[in-house]
Amino acid sequence: MTDTSNASEAQPTLRVRGVHKHFTLHLRGGQALPVLHGVDLDAAAGECVALVGASGQGKSTLIKCLHGNYGVNRGEILLRTAEGEVDLAQAAPQQVIELRRRRIAYVSQFLRAVPRVPAIDVVAERLLQAGLDADMADLAGNEAWQTAQEAARAQVAALFTRLNLPPALWQLPPATFSGGEQQRVNIARGFILPSALLLLDEPTASLDAANRRVVVQLIHEAKARGAAVIGIFHDEEVRDAVATRCVHLPSAPDTAVAPVELETTP
Amino acid sequence: MNGTTRAPLLQAEALSFRFPGETQGRDAVRHASLDLYPGEVLAVVGESGSGKTTLLNCLAGRLAPREGSVRYRCASDEWVDVHAMPERQRRLLARTEWGFVEQHAAAGLRMGVSAGANIGERLMGLGERHYGRLRDSAADWMSRVELDAARIDESPRHYSGGMRQRLQIARNLVTRPRLVLMDEPTTGLDVSVQAKLLDLIRLLVARMHVAAVVVTHDLGVARLLAHRTLVMQGGRIVEHGLTDRVLDDPQHPYTQLLVSSVVAP
Repeated sequence: MTDTSNASEAQPTLRVRGVHKHFTLHLRGGQALPVLHGVDLDAAAGECVALVGASGQGKSTLIKCLHGNYGVNRGEILLRTAEGEVDLAQAAPQQVIELRRRRIAYVSQFLRAVPRVPAIDVVAERLLQAGLDADMADLAGNEAWQTAQEAARAQVAALFTRLNLPPALWQLPPATFSGGEQQRVNIARGFILPSALLLLDEPTASLDAANRRVVVQLIHEAKARGAAVIGIFHDEEVRDAVATRCVHLPSAPDTAVAPVELETTP
Repeated sequence: MNGTTRAPLLQAEALSFRFPGETQGRDAVRHASLDLYPGEVLAVVGESGSGKTTLLNCLAGRLAPREGSVRYRCASDEWVDVHAMPERQRRLLARTEWGFVEQHAAAGLRMGVSAGANIGERLMGLGERHYGRLRDSAADWMSRVELDAARIDESPRHYSGGMRQRLQIARNLVTRPRLVLMDEPTTGLDVSVQAKLLDLIRLLVARMHVAAVVVTHDLGVARLLAHRTLVMQGGRIVEHGLTDRVLDDPQHPYTQLLVSSVVAP
Protein backbone atom coordinates (compact mmCIF):
# COMPACT_ATOMS: atom_id res chain seq x y z
CA MET A 1 0.00 0.00 0.00
CA THR A 2 1.46 3.33 -1.02
CA ASP A 3 -0.48 5.47 1.32
CA THR A 4 2.00 8.10 2.42
CA SER A 5 -0.08 10.61 4.29
CA ASN A 6 1.76 12.61 6.88
CA ALA A 7 -0.70 12.69 9.71
CA SER A 8 -1.25 16.38 9.25
CA GLU A 9 -4.69 16.56 10.78
CA ALA A 10 -5.41 15.58 14.34
CA GLN A 11 -7.18 12.43 13.28
CA PRO A 12 -8.37 11.37 9.86
CA THR A 13 -12.09 11.27 9.18
CA LEU A 14 -11.77 7.74 7.90
CA ARG A 15 -9.21 5.08 8.75
CA VAL A 16 -9.35 1.83 6.82
CA ARG A 17 -7.29 -0.97 8.29
CA GLY A 18 -6.54 -4.37 6.79
CA VAL A 19 -9.73 -4.68 4.78
CA HIS A 20 -10.14 -7.98 2.99
CA LYS A 21 -12.99 -8.75 0.69
CA HIS A 22 -13.77 -11.81 -1.33
CA PHE A 23 -16.95 -13.01 -2.95
CA THR A 24 -18.06 -16.60 -2.51
CA LEU A 25 -20.06 -17.69 -5.52
CA HIS A 26 -22.32 -20.40 -4.18
CA LEU A 27 -23.97 -20.86 -7.55
CA ARG A 28 -20.54 -21.64 -9.00
CA GLY A 29 -19.75 -24.40 -6.58
CA GLY A 30 -18.55 -22.08 -3.86
CA GLN A 31 -15.81 -20.53 -5.96
CA ALA A 32 -14.05 -17.74 -4.09
CA LEU A 33 -13.28 -14.50 -5.84
CA PRO A 34 -10.74 -12.51 -3.87
CA VAL A 35 -10.84 -8.77 -4.51
CA LEU A 36 -9.35 -6.73 -1.66
CA HIS A 37 -6.22 -7.95 0.05
CA GLY A 38 -5.56 -5.92 3.15
CA VAL A 39 -6.38 -2.35 2.25
CA ASP A 40 -5.10 0.41 4.52
CA LEU A 41 -6.20 3.93 3.82
CA ASP A 42 -6.62 7.23 5.62
CA ALA A 43 -8.71 10.15 4.50
CA ALA A 44 -8.53 13.40 6.42
CA ALA A 45 -11.00 16.24 6.45
CA GLY A 46 -10.43 18.50 3.48
CA GLU A 47 -8.51 16.07 1.32
CA CYS A 48 -9.45 14.07 -1.73
CA VAL A 49 -7.90 10.64 -2.06
CA ALA A 50 -8.01 9.22 -5.58
CA LEU A 51 -7.98 5.46 -5.95
CA VAL A 52 -5.92 4.52 -8.98
CA GLY A 53 -5.00 1.36 -10.80
CA ALA A 54 -6.21 -0.90 -13.58
CA SER A 55 -9.82 -2.07 -13.73
CA GLY A 56 -10.51 -5.12 -11.68
CA GLN A 57 -8.23 -4.03 -8.84
CA GLY A 58 -11.24 -3.54 -6.61
CA LYS A 59 -11.55 0.22 -6.53
CA SER A 60 -15.34 0.22 -6.88
CA THR A 61 -15.53 -2.71 -4.49
CA LEU A 62 -13.65 -0.72 -1.88
CA ILE A 63 -15.97 2.26 -2.33
CA LYS A 64 -18.96 -0.06 -1.87
CA CYS A 65 -17.39 -1.58 1.23
CA LEU A 66 -16.93 1.92 2.65
CA HIS A 67 -20.54 2.77 1.89
CA GLY A 68 -21.71 -0.54 3.27
CA ASN A 69 -23.36 -2.04 0.17
CA TYR A 70 -20.72 -4.71 0.50
CA GLY A 71 -19.71 -6.34 3.73
CA VAL A 72 -16.03 -7.02 4.42
CA ASN A 73 -14.51 -10.32 5.46
CA ARG A 74 -11.83 -8.82 7.65
CA GLY A 75 -10.54 -5.46 8.75
CA GLU A 76 -11.84 -2.19 10.11
CA ILE A 77 -13.46 0.86 8.54
CA LEU A 78 -13.27 3.52 11.21
CA LEU A 79 -15.30 6.65 10.70
CA ARG A 80 -14.78 9.55 13.04
CA THR A 81 -18.05 10.91 14.42
CA ALA A 82 -18.99 13.30 17.17
CA GLU A 83 -19.51 10.25 19.40
CA GLY A 84 -16.11 8.73 18.66
CA GLU A 85 -14.95 6.31 16.00
CA VAL A 86 -17.49 3.91 14.54
CA ASP A 87 -16.33 0.74 12.82
CA LEU A 88 -18.54 0.58 9.75
CA ALA A 89 -17.43 -3.00 9.16
CA GLN A 90 -19.18 -4.00 12.37
CA ALA A 91 -21.87 -1.34 12.74
CA ALA A 92 -25.53 -2.30 13.10
CA PRO A 93 -27.68 -1.60 10.03
CA GLN A 94 -29.57 1.12 11.89
CA GLN A 95 -26.31 2.87 12.63
CA VAL A 96 -25.15 2.67 9.01
CA ILE A 97 -28.48 4.10 7.86
CA GLU A 98 -28.24 6.93 10.34
CA LEU A 99 -24.70 7.75 9.22
CA ARG A 100 -25.75 7.64 5.57
CA ARG A 101 -28.56 10.06 6.25
CA ARG A 102 -26.25 12.83 7.28
CA ARG A 103 -22.55 12.00 7.23
CA ILE A 104 -21.78 9.67 4.35
CA ALA A 105 -22.67 10.48 0.76
CA TYR A 106 -22.10 8.21 -2.20
CA VAL A 107 -22.26 8.98 -5.88
CA SER A 108 -22.45 5.69 -7.75
CA GLN A 109 -21.84 5.15 -11.42
CA PHE A 110 -25.50 4.63 -12.08
CA LEU A 111 -28.57 6.26 -10.70
CA ARG A 112 -31.01 3.80 -9.25
CA ALA A 113 -34.13 5.61 -10.29
CA VAL A 114 -37.25 5.29 -8.25
CA PRO A 115 -40.21 4.96 -10.59
CA ARG A 116 -42.55 7.92 -10.78
CA VAL A 117 -40.58 10.28 -8.55
CA PRO A 118 -39.60 13.55 -10.27
CA ALA A 119 -35.87 14.28 -10.49
CA ILE A 120 -36.18 17.25 -8.16
CA ASP A 121 -37.76 15.10 -5.46
CA VAL A 122 -35.21 12.32 -5.89
CA VAL A 123 -32.70 14.84 -4.56
CA ALA A 124 -35.00 16.83 -2.25
CA GLU A 125 -35.85 13.60 -0.49
CA ARG A 126 -32.30 13.35 0.76
CA LEU A 127 -32.58 16.78 2.37
CA LEU A 128 -35.96 15.98 3.87
CA GLN A 129 -34.81 12.69 5.33
CA ALA A 130 -31.75 14.25 6.88
CA GLY A 131 -34.06 16.79 8.49
CA LEU A 132 -36.46 14.14 9.67
CA ASP A 133 -36.03 13.21 13.24
CA ALA A 134 -37.75 10.66 15.38
CA ASP A 135 -38.55 13.53 17.68
CA MET A 136 -40.19 15.65 15.04
CA ALA A 137 -43.55 14.40 16.07
CA ASP A 138 -45.93 15.34 13.34
CA LEU A 139 -44.33 15.79 9.99
CA ALA A 140 -47.38 14.14 8.57
CA GLY A 141 -49.12 17.43 9.15
CA ASN A 142 -49.40 18.58 5.60
CA GLU A 143 -48.46 22.18 6.14
CA ALA A 144 -45.15 21.67 7.93
CA TRP A 145 -44.25 19.04 5.38
CA GLN A 146 -45.06 21.23 2.43
CA THR A 147 -43.00 24.10 3.82
CA ALA A 148 -40.03 21.78 4.33
CA GLN A 149 -40.55 20.33 0.87
CA GLU A 150 -40.67 23.73 -0.81
CA ALA A 151 -37.44 24.78 0.90
CA ALA A 152 -35.73 21.55 -0.10
CA ARG A 153 -36.88 21.86 -3.72
CA ALA A 154 -35.57 25.43 -3.92
CA GLN A 155 -32.19 24.22 -2.75
CA VAL A 156 -32.18 21.41 -5.29
CA ALA A 157 -33.26 23.76 -8.08
CA ALA A 158 -30.21 25.91 -7.40
CA LEU A 159 -27.90 22.90 -7.65
CA PHE A 160 -29.64 21.59 -10.80
CA THR A 161 -29.13 25.01 -12.34
CA ARG A 162 -25.43 24.89 -11.56
CA LEU A 163 -25.28 21.43 -13.13
CA ASN A 164 -27.01 22.75 -16.27
CA LEU A 165 -29.90 20.33 -15.97
CA PRO A 166 -32.72 21.79 -18.10
CA PRO A 167 -35.66 22.91 -15.91
CA ALA A 168 -38.01 21.05 -18.25
CA LEU A 169 -36.62 17.82 -16.77
CA TRP A 170 -36.93 18.67 -13.11
CA GLN A 171 -40.50 17.47 -12.75
CA LEU A 172 -39.92 14.26 -14.71
CA PRO A 173 -38.78 10.94 -13.29
CA PRO A 174 -35.14 10.39 -14.28
CA ALA A 175 -35.75 6.87 -15.63
CA THR A 176 -36.07 8.24 -19.15
CA PHE A 177 -33.14 10.68 -18.93
CA SER A 178 -29.91 10.31 -20.89
CA GLY A 179 -26.88 8.89 -19.09
CA GLY A 180 -25.37 12.32 -18.53
CA GLU A 181 -28.61 13.76 -17.22
CA GLN A 182 -29.13 10.85 -14.83
CA GLN A 183 -25.58 11.22 -13.65
CA ARG A 184 -26.15 14.88 -12.82
CA VAL A 185 -29.20 13.95 -10.73
CA ASN A 186 -27.01 11.42 -9.00
CA ILE A 187 -24.31 14.01 -8.38
CA ALA A 188 -26.85 16.47 -7.02
CA ARG A 189 -28.05 13.79 -4.63
CA GLY A 190 -24.50 13.23 -3.42
CA PHE A 191 -23.61 16.89 -3.01
CA ILE A 192 -26.85 18.42 -1.76
CA LEU A 193 -25.88 17.82 1.87
CA PRO A 194 -22.57 18.68 3.48
CA SER A 195 -21.23 15.23 4.34
CA ALA A 196 -18.21 14.30 6.39
CA LEU A 197 -17.31 11.48 4.02
CA LEU A 198 -17.95 11.73 0.30
CA LEU A 199 -17.53 8.59 -1.82
CA LEU A 200 -17.36 9.14 -5.57
CA ASP A 201 -17.32 6.34 -8.12
CA GLU A 202 -16.56 7.89 -11.50
CA PRO A 203 -18.71 10.95 -10.93
CA THR A 204 -17.82 12.57 -14.24
CA ALA A 205 -17.92 9.47 -16.45
CA SER A 206 -20.71 10.55 -18.79
CA LEU A 207 -20.44 14.32 -18.50
CA ASP A 208 -19.33 16.91 -21.01
CA ALA A 209 -16.44 19.28 -20.32
CA ALA A 210 -18.57 22.11 -18.92
CA ASN A 211 -20.29 19.83 -16.45
CA ARG A 212 -17.04 18.12 -15.51
CA ARG A 213 -15.79 21.54 -14.47
CA VAL A 214 -18.89 22.06 -12.32
CA VAL A 215 -18.25 18.76 -10.58
CA VAL A 216 -14.60 19.65 -10.02
CA GLN A 217 -15.79 22.89 -8.45
CA LEU A 218 -18.28 21.03 -6.25
CA ILE A 219 -15.53 18.71 -5.05
CA HIS A 220 -13.33 21.69 -4.23
CA GLU A 221 -16.15 23.21 -2.23
CA ALA A 222 -16.76 19.95 -0.37
CA LYS A 223 -13.08 19.78 0.54
CA ALA A 224 -13.06 23.39 1.67
CA ARG A 225 -16.05 22.61 3.86
CA GLY A 226 -14.07 19.84 5.53
CA ALA A 227 -15.32 16.73 3.78
CA ALA A 228 -13.00 13.78 3.36
CA VAL A 229 -13.39 12.68 -0.26
CA ILE A 230 -12.48 9.28 -1.64
CA GLY A 231 -12.99 8.82 -5.32
CA ILE A 232 -12.32 6.96 -8.53
CA PHE A 233 -11.63 9.32 -11.42
CA HIS A 234 -10.61 7.78 -14.70
CA ASP A 235 -10.52 11.20 -16.28
CA GLU A 236 -6.96 12.32 -15.55
CA GLU A 237 -7.74 15.98 -15.95
CA VAL A 238 -10.42 15.74 -13.29
CA ARG A 239 -8.19 13.66 -11.07
CA ASP A 240 -5.32 16.12 -11.32
CA ALA A 241 -7.69 18.93 -10.52
CA VAL A 242 -9.23 17.43 -7.39
CA ALA A 243 -6.94 14.77 -5.90
CA THR A 244 -4.82 15.65 -2.92
CA ARG A 245 -3.02 12.34 -3.41
CA CYS A 246 -3.38 9.03 -5.21
CA VAL A 247 -3.51 5.59 -3.66
CA HIS A 248 -2.90 2.25 -5.38
CA LEU A 249 -4.77 -0.72 -4.04
CA PRO A 250 -2.57 -3.67 -3.17
CA SER A 251 -2.70 -6.53 -5.65
CA ALA A 252 -2.99 -10.22 -4.87
CA PRO A 253 -1.35 -11.22 -1.59
CA ASP A 254 1.17 -13.66 -3.04
CA THR A 255 3.08 -10.95 -4.93
CA ALA A 256 6.05 -9.04 -3.60
CA VAL A 257 4.07 -5.99 -2.54
CA ALA A 258 1.88 -7.99 -0.20
CA PRO A 259 0.89 -5.79 2.71
CA VAL A 260 1.95 -6.73 6.17
CA GLU A 261 -0.90 -8.57 7.83
CA LEU A 262 -2.30 -6.23 10.37
CA GLU A 263 -2.74 -8.15 13.57
CA THR A 264 -5.05 -6.12 15.70
CA THR A 265 -3.55 -6.32 19.16
CA PRO A 266 -5.58 -4.09 21.38
CA MET B 1 -26.66 5.88 18.68
CA ASN B 2 -28.03 9.26 17.88
CA GLY B 3 -31.75 9.44 18.11
CA THR B 4 -33.32 6.98 15.73
CA THR B 5 -32.28 3.68 17.17
CA ARG B 6 -32.93 3.67 20.88
CA ALA B 7 -35.02 0.76 22.01
CA PRO B 8 -36.71 -1.60 19.57
CA LEU B 9 -40.44 -1.35 19.01
CA LEU B 10 -41.01 -5.01 18.36
CA GLN B 11 -38.97 -8.03 19.32
CA ALA B 12 -39.59 -11.57 18.20
CA GLU B 13 -37.58 -14.29 19.79
CA ALA B 14 -37.11 -17.81 18.47
CA LEU B 15 -40.58 -18.08 16.96
CA SER B 16 -41.64 -21.48 15.72
CA PHE B 17 -45.00 -22.24 14.24
CA ARG B 18 -46.48 -25.46 12.90
CA PHE B 19 -49.85 -25.72 11.21
CA PRO B 20 -52.23 -28.18 12.85
CA GLY B 21 -51.92 -31.61 11.37
CA GLU B 22 -48.37 -31.09 10.16
CA THR B 23 -45.90 -33.71 11.26
CA GLN B 24 -43.08 -32.98 13.61
CA GLY B 25 -40.18 -31.15 12.01
CA ARG B 26 -42.47 -29.54 9.44
CA ASP B 27 -42.59 -26.10 10.98
CA ALA B 28 -43.77 -23.25 8.75
CA VAL B 29 -41.58 -20.89 10.79
CA ARG B 30 -38.50 -22.12 12.61
CA HIS B 31 -36.64 -20.23 15.30
CA ALA B 32 -37.23 -16.84 13.74
CA SER B 33 -35.94 -13.87 15.71
CA LEU B 34 -36.02 -10.23 14.77
CA ASP B 35 -35.95 -6.71 16.16
CA LEU B 36 -37.75 -3.78 14.63
CA TYR B 37 -36.88 -0.20 15.52
CA PRO B 38 -39.14 2.86 15.43
CA GLY B 39 -39.43 4.29 11.94
CA GLU B 40 -37.72 1.32 10.37
CA VAL B 41 -39.04 -0.61 7.38
CA LEU B 42 -38.17 -4.27 7.29
CA ALA B 43 -38.83 -6.41 4.23
CA VAL B 44 -39.35 -10.14 4.54
CA VAL B 45 -38.52 -11.83 1.23
CA GLY B 46 -38.46 -15.41 0.01
CA GLU B 47 -40.36 -17.63 -2.37
CA SER B 48 -43.93 -18.85 -1.85
CA GLY B 49 -44.15 -21.26 1.02
CA SER B 50 -41.03 -19.96 2.75
CA GLY B 51 -43.05 -18.88 5.78
CA LYS B 52 -43.13 -15.12 5.23
CA THR B 53 -46.84 -14.60 5.75
CA THR B 54 -46.95 -17.09 8.62
CA LEU B 55 -44.19 -15.14 10.33
CA LEU B 56 -46.13 -11.93 9.77
CA ASN B 57 -49.27 -13.45 11.26
CA CYS B 58 -47.29 -14.62 14.28
CA LEU B 59 -45.95 -11.08 14.73
CA ALA B 60 -49.47 -9.69 14.44
CA GLY B 61 -50.77 -12.05 17.10
CA ARG B 62 -53.08 -13.77 14.61
CA LEU B 63 -51.31 -17.09 14.85
CA ALA B 64 -50.01 -18.39 18.15
CA PRO B 65 -46.45 -19.68 17.83
CA ARG B 66 -45.57 -23.10 19.20
CA GLU B 67 -42.45 -21.63 20.74
CA GLY B 68 -40.97 -18.21 21.22
CA SER B 69 -42.39 -14.80 21.98
CA VAL B 70 -43.33 -11.51 20.39
CA ARG B 71 -42.94 -8.42 22.52
CA TYR B 72 -44.12 -4.94 21.63
CA ARG B 73 -43.23 -1.64 23.24
CA CYS B 74 -46.44 0.39 23.57
CA ALA B 75 -46.74 4.14 23.17
CA SER B 76 -46.76 4.24 26.96
CA ASP B 77 -43.27 2.67 26.78
CA GLU B 78 -44.54 -0.44 28.48
CA TRP B 79 -43.55 -3.79 26.99
CA VAL B 80 -46.34 -6.25 26.32
CA ASP B 81 -46.22 -9.89 25.27
CA VAL B 82 -48.38 -10.02 22.16
CA HIS B 83 -49.34 -13.65 22.63
CA ALA B 84 -49.85 -13.57 26.38
CA MET B 85 -52.13 -10.54 26.55
CA PRO B 86 -55.91 -10.87 26.63
CA GLU B 87 -57.67 -10.92 23.27
CA ARG B 88 -59.46 -7.67 24.09
CA GLN B 89 -56.22 -5.83 24.64
CA ARG B 90 -54.73 -7.26 21.46
CA ARG B 91 -57.73 -6.08 19.46
CA LEU B 92 -57.45 -2.64 20.93
CA LEU B 93 -53.78 -2.53 19.99
CA ALA B 94 -54.60 -3.75 16.49
CA ARG B 95 -56.93 -0.85 15.83
CA THR B 96 -54.95 1.87 17.57
CA GLU B 97 -51.19 1.48 17.52
CA TRP B 98 -51.00 -1.14 14.78
CA GLY B 99 -52.15 -1.43 11.23
CA PHE B 100 -52.40 -4.44 8.96
CA VAL B 101 -52.52 -4.16 5.19
CA GLU B 102 -53.84 -7.35 3.66
CA GLN B 103 -52.74 -8.69 0.31
CA HIS B 104 -56.37 -8.80 -0.81
CA ALA B 105 -57.90 -5.43 -0.03
CA ALA B 106 -61.35 -6.99 0.33
CA ALA B 107 -60.10 -8.81 3.43
CA GLY B 108 -58.91 -5.59 5.01
CA LEU B 109 -61.88 -3.41 4.07
CA ARG B 110 -65.54 -3.51 4.93
CA MET B 111 -67.05 -3.86 1.51
CA GLY B 112 -70.60 -3.15 2.67
CA VAL B 113 -69.96 0.43 3.77
CA SER B 114 -68.70 3.54 2.01
CA ALA B 115 -65.06 4.46 1.48
CA GLY B 116 -65.44 7.29 3.97
CA ALA B 117 -66.85 4.96 6.60
CA ASN B 118 -63.97 2.58 6.02
CA ILE B 119 -61.51 5.32 6.90
CA GLY B 120 -63.63 6.69 9.73
CA GLU B 121 -64.10 3.36 11.43
CA ARG B 122 -60.77 3.30 13.21
CA LEU B 123 -61.19 6.89 14.35
CA MET B 124 -64.59 6.03 15.75
CA GLY B 125 -62.98 3.10 17.51
CA LEU B 126 -60.79 5.65 19.24
CA GLY B 127 -63.82 7.60 20.40
CA GLU B 128 -64.28 10.20 17.66
CA ARG B 129 -68.01 10.70 17.18
CA HIS B 130 -68.24 14.08 15.45
CA TYR B 131 -69.60 13.40 11.99
CA GLY B 132 -68.10 16.50 10.37
CA ARG B 133 -64.63 15.79 11.69
CA LEU B 134 -64.82 12.14 10.70
CA ARG B 135 -65.83 13.12 7.21
CA ASP B 136 -63.09 15.73 6.96
CA SER B 137 -60.46 13.23 8.07
CA ALA B 138 -61.74 10.70 5.59
CA ALA B 139 -61.65 13.21 2.76
CA ASP B 140 -58.18 14.37 3.79
CA TRP B 141 -56.89 10.82 3.82
CA MET B 142 -58.48 9.99 0.51
CA SER B 143 -56.55 12.82 -1.05
CA ARG B 144 -53.34 11.76 0.68
CA VAL B 145 -53.57 8.36 -0.93
CA GLU B 146 -54.57 10.00 -4.21
CA LEU B 147 -58.18 8.89 -4.25
CA ASP B 148 -60.82 11.26 -5.53
CA ALA B 149 -62.51 12.59 -2.39
CA ALA B 150 -65.70 13.05 -4.41
CA ARG B 151 -66.08 9.28 -4.30
CA ILE B 152 -66.20 9.23 -0.51
CA ASP B 153 -69.73 7.85 -0.37
CA GLU B 154 -69.15 5.02 -2.82
CA SER B 155 -68.65 1.47 -1.70
CA PRO B 156 -65.15 0.08 -2.27
CA ARG B 157 -66.88 -2.54 -4.38
CA HIS B 158 -66.90 0.04 -7.15
CA TYR B 159 -63.18 0.68 -6.75
CA SER B 160 -60.42 -0.91 -8.82
CA GLY B 161 -57.82 -3.14 -7.16
CA GLY B 162 -55.26 -0.36 -6.89
CA MET B 163 -57.83 2.05 -5.45
CA ARG B 164 -58.97 -0.49 -2.90
CA GLN B 165 -55.41 -1.03 -1.82
CA ARG B 166 -54.94 2.71 -1.38
CA LEU B 167 -58.15 2.90 0.59
CA GLN B 168 -56.92 0.10 2.80
CA ILE B 169 -53.72 2.03 3.45
CA ALA B 170 -55.66 5.19 4.31
CA ARG B 171 -57.89 3.19 6.64
CA ASN B 172 -54.82 1.91 8.45
CA LEU B 173 -52.81 5.11 8.63
CA VAL B 174 -55.60 7.46 9.70
CA THR B 175 -55.03 6.67 13.36
CA ARG B 176 -51.26 7.18 12.96
CA PRO B 177 -50.19 3.72 14.00
CA ARG B 178 -46.67 3.13 15.21
CA LEU B 179 -46.38 -0.21 13.47
CA VAL B 180 -47.86 -1.39 10.18
CA LEU B 181 -47.67 -4.96 8.96
CA MET B 182 -48.14 -5.44 5.23
CA ASP B 183 -48.66 -8.71 3.41
CA GLU B 184 -47.69 -8.43 -0.26
CA PRO B 185 -49.29 -4.99 -0.54
CA THR B 186 -48.63 -4.62 -4.27
CA THR B 187 -48.97 -8.18 -5.51
CA GLY B 188 -51.61 -8.72 -8.14
CA LEU B 189 -51.75 -5.10 -9.27
CA ASP B 190 -50.74 -3.74 -12.65
CA VAL B 191 -47.12 -2.68 -12.83
CA SER B 192 -47.98 1.00 -13.20
CA VAL B 193 -50.37 0.83 -10.27
CA GLN B 194 -47.72 -0.99 -8.26
CA ALA B 195 -45.19 1.77 -8.81
CA LYS B 196 -47.68 4.39 -7.71
CA LEU B 197 -48.65 2.46 -4.62
CA LEU B 198 -45.05 1.77 -3.64
CA ASP B 199 -44.18 5.40 -3.95
CA LEU B 200 -47.13 6.28 -1.80
CA ILE B 201 -46.24 3.77 0.91
CA ARG B 202 -42.64 4.93 0.85
CA LEU B 203 -43.53 8.58 1.36
CA LEU B 204 -46.20 8.03 3.98
CA VAL B 205 -44.03 5.71 6.01
CA ALA B 206 -41.10 8.13 5.92
CA ARG B 207 -43.20 11.15 6.78
CA MET B 208 -45.07 9.55 9.61
CA HIS B 209 -42.06 7.72 10.98
CA VAL B 210 -44.04 4.49 11.07
CA ALA B 211 -42.25 1.21 11.54
CA ALA B 212 -43.30 -1.42 9.04
CA VAL B 213 -42.82 -5.06 8.23
CA VAL B 214 -43.49 -5.71 4.56
CA VAL B 215 -43.81 -9.25 3.29
CA THR B 216 -43.00 -9.47 -0.39
CA HIS B 217 -41.65 -11.92 -2.92
CA ASP B 218 -40.54 -8.98 -5.06
CA LEU B 219 -36.96 -7.90 -4.38
CA GLY B 220 -37.66 -4.60 -6.14
CA VAL B 221 -40.24 -3.78 -3.47
CA ALA B 222 -37.69 -4.54 -0.77
CA ARG B 223 -35.10 -2.37 -2.51
CA LEU B 224 -37.51 0.53 -2.77
CA LEU B 225 -39.15 0.42 0.62
CA ALA B 226 -37.02 -1.31 3.17
CA HIS B 227 -34.08 -0.22 5.27
CA ARG B 228 -33.42 -3.81 6.20
CA THR B 229 -34.26 -7.08 4.53
CA LEU B 230 -34.67 -10.52 5.92
CA VAL B 231 -34.55 -13.59 3.67
CA MET B 232 -36.58 -16.69 4.50
CA GLN B 233 -36.22 -20.18 3.16
CA GLY B 234 -38.09 -23.20 4.43
CA GLY B 235 -39.35 -21.33 7.48
CA ARG B 236 -35.92 -20.14 8.53
CA ILE B 237 -34.37 -16.70 8.34
CA VAL B 238 -31.25 -17.46 6.34
CA GLU B 239 -29.90 -13.95 5.92
CA HIS B 240 -30.67 -10.46 7.13
CA GLY B 241 -29.09 -7.05 7.04
CA LEU B 242 -29.10 -3.70 5.25
CA THR B 243 -31.28 -4.05 2.18
CA ASP B 244 -28.64 -2.90 -0.26
CA ARG B 245 -26.08 -5.21 1.29
CA VAL B 246 -28.38 -8.23 1.19
CA LEU B 247 -29.20 -7.53 -2.46
CA ASP B 248 -25.77 -6.35 -3.66
CA ASP B 249 -23.58 -8.69 -1.65
CA PRO B 250 -25.73 -11.70 -0.74
CA GLN B 251 -23.92 -14.27 1.38
CA HIS B 252 -26.29 -17.21 1.64
CA PRO B 253 -26.60 -19.54 -1.36
CA TYR B 254 -30.37 -19.11 -1.39
CA THR B 255 -30.14 -15.31 -1.38
CA GLN B 256 -27.61 -15.47 -4.20
CA LEU B 257 -30.05 -17.62 -6.14
CA LEU B 258 -32.93 -15.21 -5.47
CA VAL B 259 -30.92 -12.15 -6.47
CA SER B 260 -29.53 -13.77 -9.60
CA SER B 261 -32.99 -14.90 -10.67
CA VAL B 262 -34.51 -11.46 -11.21
CA VAL B 263 -33.95 -8.76 -13.73
CA ALA B 264 -32.27 -5.80 -12.02
CA PRO B 265 -33.55 -6.16 -8.46
